[in-house]
Amino acid sequence: MQTKTATFKDNAKEALANETLQIELARLSQGFPIRRQQAADRMPEFEQLRDQARDIKNHVLANLDLYLEAYENKVTDLGGQVHWARDAAEAREHILKICKAADAKTVTKSKSMIGEEIAINDYLEDNGITPIETDLGEYIIQLRNEPPSHIIAPAIHVSKAQVEADFRRVHTDLPEDRNLEDPVSLLQEARSQLRDKFLNADVGLTGANMLVAETGSNVLVTNEGNADLTYALPRVHIVIASLEKIVPTLEDASTILRVLARSATGQDMSVYTTFCSGPKRLGDLDGPEQYHVVLLDNGRTDLLGSEFEEVLRCIRCSACMNHCPVYKAIGGHAYGWVYPGPIGAVLTPGLMGMEDAEDLPNASTLCGKCESVCPMRIPLPKLLRSWRTRAFENETSRPMGHRALQIWAWIAKRPRLYHKINGMIVALLGAVGRKKGVLRWLPLASGWTSKRDFPTPLGDTFIQQYHRGARGDASGQWLREDRP
Amino acid sequence: MSDSTSRVDVPLEVGLFVTCLVDLTRPSVGFATLKLLELAGCAVSVPELQTCCGQPAYNSGDRTDTRELAKQVIEVFENFDHVVVPSGSCAGMISHHYPALFEDADPWKARAEALANKTYELTVFLNDVVKLTLPNGSAEITATYHDSCSGLRELDIKDQPRNLMSKIAGLRVVEGEQAEVCCGFGGLFCVKYPDISESMLDQKIDDLLQTKANMVLGGDLGCLMNIAGRLSRRGSKLEVRHISEVLANMTHVPAIAAPDQGGQ
Repeated sequence: MQTKTATFKDNAKEALANETLQIELARLSQGFPIRRQQAADRMPEFEQLRDQARDIKNHVLANLDLYLEAYENKVTDLGGQVHWARDAAEAREHILKICKAADAKTVTKSKSMIGEEIAINDYLEDNGITPIETDLGEYIIQLRNEPPSHIIAPAIHVSKAQVEADFRRVHTDLPEDRNLEDPVSLLQEARSQLRDKFLNADVGLTGANMLVAETGSNVLVTNEGNADLTYALPRVHIVIASLEKIVPTLEDASTILRVLARSATGQDMSVYTTFCSGPKRLGDLDGPEQYHVVLLDNGRTDLLGSEFEEVLRCIRCSACMNHCPVYKAIGGHAYGWVYPGPIGAVLTPGLMGMEDAEDLPNASTLCGKCESVCPMRIPLPKLLRSWRTRAFENETSRPMGHRALQIWAWIAKRPRLYHKINGMIVALLGAVGRKKGVLRWLPLASGWTSKRDFPTPLGDTFIQQYHRGARGDASGQWLREDRP
Repeated sequence: MSDSTSRVDVPLEVGLFVTCLVDLTRPSVGFATLKLLELAGCAVSVPELQTCCGQPAYNSGDRTDTRELAKQVIEVFENFDHVVVPSGSCAGMISHHYPALFEDADPWKARAEALANKTYELTVFLNDVVKLTLPNGSAEITATYHDSCSGLRELDIKDQPRNLMSKIAGLRVVEGEQAEVCCGFGGLFCVKYPDISESMLDQKIDDLLQTKANMVLGGDLGCLMNIAGRLSRRGSKLEVRHISEVLANMTHVPAIAAPDQGGQ
């Protein structure tokens, strides 16, 4: 997919002006957060489970090499094959090679963020293989030729009316006068369109919510059951996953499952939870003949041991973006790459570098709501700040803003000068705007005054007044004799 | 002082860290804070050498200047029994972030931790530490309280201001549905990303207006100036104030962004 992180500000402006998007975003922020809270309230041990989930992933990250090896051995024992990919290009090549060996014409695909990260659909198409998205949301955006704008609700930016128009445009084999008013009729139509694709696909490509080292299994979580048809019907099942998806045991997997759906949609469990372990065995009625896992690094091992390691605990539940007021304002596309919201603002610079992604960690008020709901207790505001520190120290940031900040800090480290300058600023602003109470324009502060008035300083600075002897007294009088 | 005023036996030596925004734009918050602390029987000092806690540098990634500003605050305030700050984000900066600025082996770390442990946001100090009893005052106010993010999520400030407000006869509090949602201030965020900030701010203001309150109260001047500035731009007369002004019965001072009729 095309990367647009560098034009973040323009993307955001466009998103803010998009009325359809704004309606859908308002709806999203009404739904998921309330349901998550209800799910958490129903479960007294929810907070302890978050601690446990965090600890499991911390343990994995500290022993990742060990668990990856154990996992690979187990997959091999089961008759499957693990393919290691250092970057997106290697992952794409592995997948293409497997597809070609299977003489694949069509590949069904269930939702996978790694699929987006390595832009596998475009690559397969360029090589004459047709990829078919089978998650309803992904199916819709594939028809629209758009990237997802949310991790678990990829088509959240699309209205029902737009879906109807897309279906009428693409499903030309169906009667024109069919009724698609009802959302269920849209679902039924997508389902009927996909049925043959499931049955005729040569390869099924899925992601993985987790990889279990103990059993060599991949875990698939969906609400539509499409992942099950994707992996079970074709001859070949390819799992694409990044290497931090490992958990040690089934017990650990179930701990994380208990926080995953609750944090994501507020469900106790997703409708379908599947553990796939290797290819079809002797006596199995169905299942793939081949089982491949493409394990992607793509910059993650560089984050291990760095101040950003904690971001690798993420289980892609979307709670951070569901609760983020910035995401609510601009949606997912504005972030410009695969991962939107607070997790994207931390992960994207880690995977692609800071040069073109510098706005992402800066475009946050650090309000902390994301950290308060993250099931893996990732300290997202702290990590956003760490990116800002890196940028500041590497001078990749806009030097103008930095210089202004450093001049201000230089003054703030000289209290007497600082108070003298503050006194002059306040006197000047007061002379201009005290009567009105506000200033509608301030030099060098258009970022503020383009949207809001600036409250005029009330009088001399507090420090000036206080050290001249002014006090607030107990009777409620504010001494005003030193006011001009 | 009235008899109902709570007093501690030995006056606590309190250092008032007034914050840059209060110092510059709204000294009334400093005087109200001073009055409340004195009502509670504290011996309050306002060190003249205080400037800024370093938050703008910290949140912009400038660790060197942040550390130097932190050292300055530590030196100026470490000898008080308590340090009180009329702002959740500045108090959070000192009590939450200062210790993390220094390596374990650095002697400044212990000093930062010591200061962190005795630094309080104003409503926390009044409600939890000195358990202030307010003199009999009365007001005709229907207020809604905006929970600023740092105070709420770094310092767990939620009940303290509400508990204090409940002690003022005639002050009714109506809760906004979005009281805990960010107003879009975020320090330099609001000037770096004005369009996004505006959208967040308008959602906040719609929620505040929906409460039908006639006053917005909060504990952080940054958020309050953001909200008041936008209300003024939208032509709304809804009053915005720092909670200290209401608690200290100092509402004769013009509200934030309101015209100063008594001045000049």
